[in-house]
Amino acid sequence: MPYIPHTDEDVKAMLDTIGVNSIDDLFDEIPKDILAKNFDIPEGISEMEMMRLMSERAAADSNVSCFIGAGAYEHHIPAAVWDVVSRGEFLTAYTPYQAEASQGTLQVIYEYQTNMANLTAMDVSNASLYDGGSGMAEAALMAIRANKKSKSRKVLVPRTISPLYRDTAHNIVTNQNIELVDVNFDSEGGNTTLENLKQYEGEDFAALIIAQPNFFGVLEDVNELTDWAHANGMLVIAVVNPISLALLTPPGEWGESGADIAIGEGQPLGVPLSSGGPYFGFICCKQKIVRQMPGRIIGRTVDMEGKEGFTLTLQAREQHIRRSKATSNICTNQGLVMTASTIYVALLGADGLSLVAEACHENTNQLSVLLTSLEGVETAFNRPVFHEQVLRLPVSSESVLEKLAEARIQGGIDLSTYYPELENCVLFCATETKTNDDLVAYQQALASVLAS
Amino acid sequence: MLIYEKSQAGRRSISQAPITSTTNTKVSDIPEGLLRKKKAALAEVSEMQVVRHYTNLSRRNFSIDTQFYPLGSCTMKYNPRGAHKSAMLPGFLGRHPLAPESQSQGFLACMYDLQEILKEVTGMKGVSLTPMAGAQGEFAGVAMIRAYHDAREDFERTEILIPSAAHGTNPATAVMCGYKVREIPVDKNGDVDLAALKEAVGPETAGLMMTNPSTCGVFERSIKEIASTVHEAGGLLYYDGANLNAILGKVCPGDMGFDVMHMNLHKTFATPHGGGGPGAGPVGVGERLLPYMPTPIVGKESVDGKDVYRWLDEKDIPQTIGRLSTYMGNAGVLLRAYYYARLLGREGMHRVAEYSTLNANYMMKRCENAGFELAYPGRRATHEFIITLSSQAKNLGVNAMDFAKRLLDYGYHAPTTYFPLLVPECWLIEPTETESPDELDGFVEAMIQIQKESEENAEMVKGAPYNQTVRRLDDVKAARELDLKWSPAQES
Repeated sequence: MPYIPHTDEDVKAMLDTIGVNSIDDLFDEIPKDILAKNFDIPEGISEMEMMRLMSERAAADSNVSCFIGAGAYEHHIPAAVWDVVSRGEFLTAYTPYQAEASQGTLQVIYEYQTNMANLTAMDVSNASLYDGGSGMAEAALMAIRANKKSKSRKVLVPRTISPLYRDTAHNIVTNQNIELVDVNFDSEGGNTTLENLKQYEGEDFAALIIAQPNFFGVLEDVNELTDWAHANGMLVIAVVNPISLALLTPPGEWGESGADIAIGEGQPLGVPLSSGGPYFGFICCKQKIVRQMPGRIIGRTVDMEGKEGFTLTLQAREQHIRRSKATSNICTNQGLVMTASTIYVALLGADGLSLVAEACHENTNQLSVLLTSLEGVETAFNRPVFHEQVLRLPVSSESVLEKLAEARIQGGIDLSTYYPELENCVLFCATETKTNDDLVAYQQALASVLAS
Repeated sequence: MLIYEKSQAGRRSISQAPITSTTNTKVSDIPEGLLRKKKAALAEVSEMQVVRHYTNLSRRNFSIDTQFYPLGSCTMKYNPRGAHKSAMLPGFLGRHPLAPESQSQGFLACMYDLQEILKEVTGMKGVSLTPMAGAQGEFAGVAMIRAYHDAREDFERTEILIPSAAHGTNPATAVMCGYKVREIPVDKNGDVDLAALKEAVGPETAGLMMTNPSTCGVFERSIKEIASTVHEAGGLLYYDGANLNAILGKVCPGDMGFDVMHMNLHKTFATPHGGGGPGAGPVGVGERLLPYMPTPIVGKESVDGKDVYRWLDEKDIPQTIGRLSTYMGNAGVLLRAYYYARLLGREGMHRVAEYSTLNANYMMKRCENAGFELAYPGRRATHEFIITLSSQAKNLGVNAMDFAKRLLDYGYHAPTTYFPLLVPECWLIEPTETESPDELDGFVEAMIQIQKESEENAEMVKGAPYNQTVRRLDDVKAARELDLKWSPAQES
């Protein structure tokens, strides 16, 4: 019996102690007519058989060269990261409710909070949320609670923010009658300009969300956007890529007074692509609104002998204490993946992260040059990018991507799926994992697809 | 000691630097005003320092791999190593969430199979795997209830009914879905107060959220009457799968009359808790809510006699409540659950409830024999049970928390304390089916010892724990003098 240790003698002795004749007797409070029948599912198999099945299925999806980004990025993950994370003491611990027996997890979270707050130049971080998209929903809800000057239940959301994030956030906040209002973008720069925002001046919104880099990889003028929002009584929610923060101005330093809340997808920090999860969302904010933060927060304190220790704090915000009045229904954080990111950041340090960010930027620019050297291929926008770029092709991007896939190159995503106006446009990404040969292979494959 | 306190400026784990490193002008195309001025204050340490630091931190944790962990309502069962190993296969780790379907058939096949298994063992008609935790599963479920009423233009239903013993996530979720919460009391036997429920239901009732067995550790005997009461009033029934381990293979939520449910795969399907996540909270639905399931879902078609898997999205499910995560939820957790489900298979699935219930009833009997007071004497335990330490608190001055902290010194993780809130000084104890009777006996022996210690030297017990890495922590200071991150200034 997989994972059940009982011998027949054990069972008999236990039933005797309880004073019943059979295990079935223990279910005698359940009405007979709702007891389950036999299941129509496969018979159990052995570990050996299952490992074989899983290996075959995993192999079926391998051996591709991936240039897709769009919010999830292929980075090199140092071997030490998942070796250490996979220790049973991290892997199989529960939520650190018994602080004395969870100092390992608690200190890791404190270090994680430090990493994220320092990377974003914000005052505080929580212990992580589910992922970037749901994190943006939590940030919007938080901004509505925190903006005391505004009575609005509306948040301005530029269309340069990931359509997947916008969709996710909308689905989560809509039942509370909160509206996410689209802001159009500049068709030449691929960014959000003051011109695009002008029509909302003087209107009451709780916040403006700004992504840096945005979904197109394009760098926004975050300083002027931040100042515009603050001048119009809105809070600023930054959506940032943590790797890019080694190079780019952190949200805490945007404009005159910095973003109020910063969120993002933590996956680039040591978390494998893994079909979209588990990842983790990070959320940081200014000290003065920390009590509006959703999710778990860890604080440093002392024990009864004055020794340093760590514990859950500000729990009066959370569902297990406040129930219907909690800041969110979120219960868990993404403990294990957050732990991986903490180890990843320790291994790289600020200089290592910088090198990764620069290499990504360099590779993307190089690939842009290679691809736009092909007849009829051009970049769709004229502003600088971080590590993604939008290409406009002479033909339908859907069919080009399909043919590239046949050559085992995943060339990016078809943007027209999300933006009807971006016909024939592909969003691609080249991280530090790509060699010059990889870039050239993409160029050659695209050349032959376009020639066919 | 924090990692930052081991840091030396200029120290690096060079082996981790990316291979390409060229000139220092390569970011010259980015305007100066958008560049970072001062580098982030992060640790500068060697690879070995990192490995040693975090390995040593891991040793300051209790975990299932190292200790018996009978946390009520958390189902801390063994997490198979094989599940972890197979989810960590390079092909699965390397797959981009937006990879083309043609290069995702291996992954999609696993997800499809898992959907089918979960459907069958819960008695539901459809399953969506995407919610990332139990609380998000609850959100999906209640949002579907709302979508259902809205589609019928039944806009008067503004209330979700929730028994007072429910998990805190239930009321918090109802509010996130725009509902008011009305609490239903629980009677002295741990059952929902039927008379109160009948009084509460009406044209404003959108639905009822409940677990069965309840958080009182007993099976809700009048479940069918509860279901018909809610249904007759036009409401729907939500099953919180937190306690699914108690009935897996014995009763299907679909057969109890539930319209929608979530499953905590990190409990019932043995995926690791990871120090507080990631979990996975797939939702199952009955006929009426099929049109509203969250996307994406995996579908199967037959093309030239071959199975082909593909994503189903808004085009296939136009009334869906939509996506709740950027991609498709905690895919890696789902792979681990799939592994577990296939190893158990048809027969093993039925054993989960049987042996978890056997263990709980055995432990309950042993506690009772040792003189501990049961919260619901005369009831069967389900996969968990409650004892109350009220008399110890009153007569010896040793409360449930003191007992719990002392238990840590004996090498056992404490059960869930002070939950459910309606039983004073309570412990909710859930041993799970993967523990042997020897382990259960050891735990009861430790309790007997602590009882003795409490009678002889209450002050000693109240000062516990003694042999953990820290003594009891000052939570008041933690909340009053917030210290949520290390900063370089603290060093000087």
